[in-house]
Amino acid sequence: MPTRSITIPIAGMHCASCAVNIQRLLQRNPGVSTASVNYATEKASIVYDSAQTDPQQISAVIEKLGYKALITNPDELVDVRQQAKDREIVVLKNKFLLSALVSALLLWATLPLLMQTAPLPLKNSYLHFFLASLVQFWVGRDFYRSTWASLKNRTANMDTLITIGTTVAYLYSVLVIFLPQVISRLGVTPEPYFDTSVTIIALIILGKFLEARARGQTSQAIKKLIGLQPKTARVVRAGKEVDIPISEVVVGDQLRLRPGEKVPVDGVVLSGETSVDESLVTGESIPVYKHADDTVITGTLNTTGTILIRAQKIGRDTMLAQIIRLVEQAQASRAPIQKLVDVISSYFVPVVLMLSVTTFAVWYAFGPAPALLFALLNTVAVLIIACPCALGLATPTALVVGTGLAAQHGILVRDAQSLEIAHRVNHVIFDKTGTLTEGKPVVTDIISVNDKRLTTNQLLSLAASLETGSEHPLAQAILQAAEKSAVTVSAVTHFKSLAGRGVEGKIHDTKYLLGAPQMFSSIPPQVSRLEKQGKTVVLVGTPTRVLGIIAIADTLRPSAKHAINLLHRQGIETSLVTGDNPRTASAIASQVGITRFFAQVLPADKEKTVRQLQAENKIVAMVGDGINDAPALAAADVGIAMASGTDVAMESAGITLVNKDLTTIPLALKLSRATLRTIKANLFWAFAYNIVLIPVAAGVLYPFTRILLSPILASAAMATSSVSVVANSLLLKRIRLT
Amino acid sequence: MSLDKIIILISSVGLIGFIYWFFLSRRPDDSPMVTTAAISVSGGYSPSVTKVPVGQPVTLTFTRTDPNPCLEELIIPDLKIKKDLPLNTPLALTLTLTRPGVYPFHCGMNMYHGKIIAV
Repeated sequence: MPTRSITIPIAGMHCASCAVNIQRLLQRNPGVSTASVNYATEKASIVYDSAQTDPQQISAVIEKLGYKALITNPDELVDVRQQAKDREIVVLKNKFLLSALVSALLLWATLPLLMQTAPLPLKNSYLHFFLASLVQFWVGRDFYRSTWASLKNRTANMDTLITIGTTVAYLYSVLVIFLPQVISRLGVTPEPYFDTSVTIIALIILGKFLEARARGQTSQAIKKLIGLQPKTARVVRAGKEVDIPISEVVVGDQLRLRPGEKVPVDGVVLSGETSVDESLVTGESIPVYKHADDTVITGTLNTTGTILIRAQKIGRDTMLAQIIRLVEQAQASRAPIQKLVDVISSYFVPVVLMLSVTTFAVWYAFGPAPALLFALLNTVAVLIIACPCALGLATPTALVVGTGLAAQHGILVRDAQSLEIAHRVNHVIFDKTGTLTEGKPVVTDIISVNDKRLTTNQLLSLAASLETGSEHPLAQAILQAAEKSAVTVSAVTHFKSLAGRGVEGKIHDTKYLLGAPQMFSSIPPQVSRLEKQGKTVVLVGTPTRVLGIIAIADTLRPSAKHAINLLHRQGIETSLVTGDNPRTASAIASQVGITRFFAQVLPADKEKTVRQLQAENKIVAMVGDGINDAPALAAADVGIAMASGTDVAMESAGITLVNKDLTTIPLALKLSRATLRTIKANLFWAFAYNIVLIPVAAGVLYPFTRILLSPILASAAMATSSVSVVANSLLLKRIRLT
Repeated sequence: MSLDKIIILISSVGLIGFIYWFFLSRRPDDSPMVTTAAISVSGGYSPSVTKVPVGQPVTLTFTRTDPNPCLEELIIPDLKIKKDLPLNTPLALTLTLTRPGVYPFHCGMNMYHGKIIAV
């Protein structure tokens, strides 16, 4: 059952019973499994079976009752979520301002040097009690709510620690104000600690506020991608052009795209020409020229021309939607490095609670006088300083920033594990055809041998006749050349394909062969010269005599040489794997600066080549296309696939490159190292922070140095720690990638 | 050592034991096998363990009623699922787990934990 959920804002509700009515009617609607209508937020949340109903039908039900359903598309949903987060940040800010004000007043009235300057009413301890209670139970009410909810589940969290810590300080102070004689009897001067409880809350709220703001920035990259989807499209229907919402576009629609507009769907150009800026989706920096039959990608920007396109992929099938989905999935995956953290965080809070009890007992039983006061303050300090959040945020925030940054450069990382392995890669093996080269071979030389009367066009005609109907890339090159030269093609009889080597057939009763030089008994001397230039050579002839040579070359990608150079500079080895003979392979390798190559490797054996490199203790990244090279990509430590067309969901690859720019490979490896460095630094600081400061707060340094950590300092440290982890992750955005 | 100190020491040992028992002791897993479950997200996940059959589609509906921003994200790492849980808005996940095992899930800050057990 395809279950979907949707939130529909509703306008026109004027009482709580309206909400109940809408809810009841929705629940009776077939296909709706749950519906809840909230009067306060003016929204209906509906879980429905998309096979039986859809948002349009659901909103029709709402409108039948006389209310307005403000149906949203997924992008607006993001905006709604963003608004909620923004509101949350404003609330935190207001709470901080209030608690900071109270804290300042209390500190003014109680700090030894300042208290003389405070106005008399401010010194009233009942006023202190009132202000502190306001902060404790109004500003801090979410701490109590969260603590109570988690205790019911027999779990504990950071809020539990803060609640207990501040409540201890608060209750002690209440006791001091209302029953000072009890405190005096214990040998302690009765002195309230309202300033402590209030300042702790103010600082923790400040930390939460800063953290919420910073966390919002970590996922900016994906928000930008989501924002690229246009909301309307200009459709040509019945000869007229109309603007319609993007959700109403169907596959096959013809859409008009004017200069300055974003491409609304994945499609193919029908007419017109233009150049399209694809940089925001694929990271490709140079605008791409498009004319008839070229593919255009959702979210890219049409620059100068007007074109007509036909919609091929819409909604969640577009490349943009796939990219967003992949990035979100990668951000949800778990890095292997995270496993230890998971174990630790499940014990963390209970262990801190036990430590705080121990702290209290030890100070009370063995500490100096006034023992109760020392015991209390140190216990509060332990509870407040412990920061499980920094541990919890260390890996995910860096991962979100890293994968988001990668996506902006056209690098799609499948999961955290791929990213983690990628940072250790020390050998990159490239497939040749379609990876280092464009994958579109063209005929470069046609040489007639042994028979001077045979023209190049006649040779080409012969070759094209033999190759008619073949799908092989080399055959395609010959057929294209024949078409360009407008040579005639003759009928072939007795056609036979000789697997992996070539073809044979009869034309006008003469038997001809076409294929690899090995098929012929004598090989013309020109062959080796051509092969040394990196060209693939096929021969045409009769079984006894070679008639001609056809050389075919595949253009190297312009970025290939630079990319390899960048990898070498990073200290990463490179190699080449190809089905070509060693001479061609060697020529191509040396043209791009690769020294090691594996030639005459059948497609099925590329996987073995990868394993051979792994047997040499190398961490291997294999670069190839996602379809033919899938086994080799899967065998490699990290498979890097070049996306073909608008399909980017490559199952076999850990990393998919959206654009054809090979320099993104060194970039991807660099980014993975930077991300892992950030994760490790975050984890180190988060661990070190807790391991060092919890004992200090407990007072282990006191016997030697008389150093104790006041609870207020503890809360300042705690607020800083999680913010600094997030800030460190955000620093990833600043790394120099080029 | 005075009596109050002895009392404090003894009761703190008891309290530590209580904390251990309350938070960390293993509770017997007697949750029934289900194909649909409503999981309330408030100060944790309740129920925190959901037992489901392997190979069958199961629907888990998460509803967050706790404003704590820690809980606003739901992450199931092994299934690569990361979802926002808007307050008071049910989120239904339909999953088919093909392999038996424990699939832990947690909140955005890895503070609250729950698990799906596929058997």
